Amino acid sequence: MSALLEVTNLSRRFGGLLAVDALGFSVAAGEIVGLLGPNGSGKTTVLNLLSGVLRPDSGTVAFRGHAIAGKPAHRIARLGMARTFQLVRPLASLSCRDNVLTGLAFGRRNAWGTAARTDADALLDRVGLGRAREALPGELTYIDQKRLELARALALDPELLLLDEWLAGLNPTELEEGIGLIRGLSGQGITILLVEHVMDAIRSLCHRCLVMNTGRLIASGLPTEVLADAEVIRAYLGDETDA
Amino acid sequence: MLEVKGLSVQYGKHRAVDDAALSVATSEIVVILGANGAGKSSLLKAVAGLQPPGTGARVALDDRELVGLQPHQIVEAGLALVPEGRGIFGELTVRENLLLGAFARRARADEANNRHRVLALFPRLAERLDQTARTMSGGEQQMVAIGRALMSAPKMLLLDEPSLGLSPLLSSELFRALGRIRQDGIGVLLVEQNARKSLAIADRGYLIENGRIVGAGRAAELASDPAVQRAYLGGAR
Repeated sequence: MSALLEVTNLSRRFGGLLAVDALGFSVAAGEIVGLLGPNGSGKTTVLNLLSGVLRPDSGTVAFRGHAIAGKPAHRIARLGMARTFQLVRPLASLSCRDNVLTGLAFGRRNAWGTAARTDADALLDRVGLGRAREALPGELTYIDQKRLELARALALDPELLLLDEWLAGLNPTELEEGIGLIRGLSGQGITILLVEHVMDAIRSLCHRCLVMNTGRLIASGLPTEVLADAEVIRAYLGDETDA
Repeated sequence: MLEVKGLSVQYGKHRAVDDAALSVATSEIVVILGANGAGKSSLLKAVAGLQPPGTGARVALDDRELVGLQPHQIVEAGLALVPEGRGIFGELTVRENLLLGAFARRARADEANNRHRVLALFPRLAERLDQTARTMSGGEQQMVAIGRALMSAPKMLLLDEPSLGLSPLLSSELFRALGRIRQDGIGVLLVEQNARKSLAIADRGYLIENGRIVGAGRAAELASDPAVQRAYLGGAR
């Protein structure tokens, strides 16, 4: 397997806080990789550095062989990397369909017109929002806003999808659907790096997990291995593993 | 004690909450379980005065009627809400966010004491008092939101999905912290998807479906109820 994403020595500081500290890892095409760690350990910052929301202070990121560290977000998106945000960021005055159309039009697909509209509706169906095409994002429940966030990311036709706690807040039934949806995306060839605290999802989805603490990688391996790791239990899981 | 009767929330033609009734005693933790979109957040918002509670609704805190009061007056009466999505002041520091929580007249005199309690509950915030809130991680911002609500010295604390975004370790700590808040004589009403952990610490629970309260009981009974297990606890473990 070739590495789709190769991260070397990645660091980012916020004032006195070293949020990401000489981080190195790689993700192979086709993998589902979980990025775990305590709150404030730097997981979201890593997603921000990869997707171009933030510039790293040092280190390299190779995506599909392109050096992308410090490149602007829209260029990285057009190379085939899409992401969702933990706190959703819809375009508030546009309908759900138009939110997705925006991704189709200005992403790597450059789709427009009737075909794009059909695609947008298909993406909304796919994430379970087919009933809310004309709705404004503000009229959706929190969970439906997260579905919209995913549809928008998929509109960019990504090879690598970064999910930031996309499954948080789902009830057991919805969680099963959500896990199925992510597995389906993986099945159609999208590589996935997900930040998540829902252990049921981690166990059933991830081929491999990376665990961070205070900006550094403290464990990596199979989900069963890392979740049994003494330091991971101490820093992250606590005495219960049923989150 | 919080008593809610005949509360409905209407968005245009859509009735999100239909004739809900519930109560929470002091020193009691009550959890509302239900699917996303069932009306849980709308119910909390209506109690906190952020949504009109429909005609004929009664919301009383220690026999004081809250219906018709502005949200800030409801905080002043002793009821605080930790909203979904946190709603913290991103450009302010942690210290300033907490200080604003103590803006209510009822909370001013005891501000220093309450801050100590909050920082003991969330030591991470003590390390980050001067950090700008929006630069904190999602879970840390959740702590700020809960801390800010506690700074208003509430008698009744409403929490909308407080464990969202918290690590397994922190969410366990949060639920333990709610137990300590109960010991201080505060009533807690929470909406939570983590049914297993919340039922483990709660005294009672309500089930809500399509805006209607369809079940209620002791937390231990709900936790062992097959229908509840199927709907809210996921597969057997």
